[in-house]
Amino acid sequence: MNTSALPPYAQALGIAIDHDEDGNPVLFVDFSERMMGRPGFLHGGAMSGLMEMAAVAALRAELDRRGEAMQIKPVNIQVEFMRGGTEQRTFAMGKVTRAGRRVALVNAECWQDDPAKPIALAQMKFLLSPAV
Amino acid sequence: MEQSEQPGEEAQSVYAQGEGFVFDPARAAKGMGRHGHGGWLGLNYHAHGEGWFELELPWREELAGLADGGVLASGPIISLMDNATSMSVWTRTGRFVPHATLDLRVDYMRAAVPGRTVIGRGECYKLTRTIAFIRGIAYDEDPSDPVAHVIGTFMATHGTYL
Repeated sequence: MNTSALPPYAQALGIAIDHDEDGNPVLFVDFSERMMGRPGFLHGGAMSGLMEMAAVAALRAELDRRGEAMQIKPVNIQVEFMRGGTEQRTFAMGKVTRAGRRVALVNAECWQDDPAKPIALAQMKFLLSPAV
Repeated sequence: MEQSEQPGEEAQSVYAQGEGFVFDPARAAKGMGRHGHGGWLGLNYHAHGEGWFELELPWREELAGLADGGVLASGPIISLMDNATSMSVWTRTGRFVPHATLDLRVDYMRAAVPGRTVIGRGECYKLTRTIAFIRGIAYDEDPSDPVAHVIGTFMATHGTYL
């Protein structure tokens, strides 16, 4: 998967794919004014958006491996904020926890300088249906 | 919790005032949508009352979350609701209390209709000394037919809510 395959929101925010890890795309976005919440810190919604894009990318990659052309529709998302994000590059990676025929559960983590110290977690649930 | 992730331009003005000053929603809302992530999204003041606050998110094509169809991504909805619920806490305390979002959950009732402005209504329904419990809805026309329901918590990082 390459950056041009990411949704419009990702392109607009400047999110790109860094590399793949065990088949899961690692996404990143550089700090800029458009990522900022409280002065000097990342906005929680921007982090959430990055994790959402990582979750969608991981799910797409998994469905591609299976050769399944599916439509995905978000049901819900739960985000936990654990640390404040600072003015630097931010990464996120999604992992498909379970993808059945109708429902997929995907976890995502967001980090900055140290992947072992995530700044936020997300869990997203999607409905799957055969693409028309 | 080291720092607040909280929020966009409305926070710039409130943070500049420091802890405990009287919260003025009209003034706080005035600069909203000019800077930072909230500015990029174009978040604007819509309405407020005691314990609740509404912001609007204008639709635009580049905020779509999937390649086709123009349905908004979760990111902008979460940002909208994070900011609206954050403001609702301060309309309840009546003063600015620095805080950080601990968690937020969004349930999608339906897709937001492409082209329509989404309004985020945040409500603070319970305060303890350190935790604010919030909920809210995002709707694009009729509040009784919301796009999403939201629930979450904030934590006071310096000082207390009560």
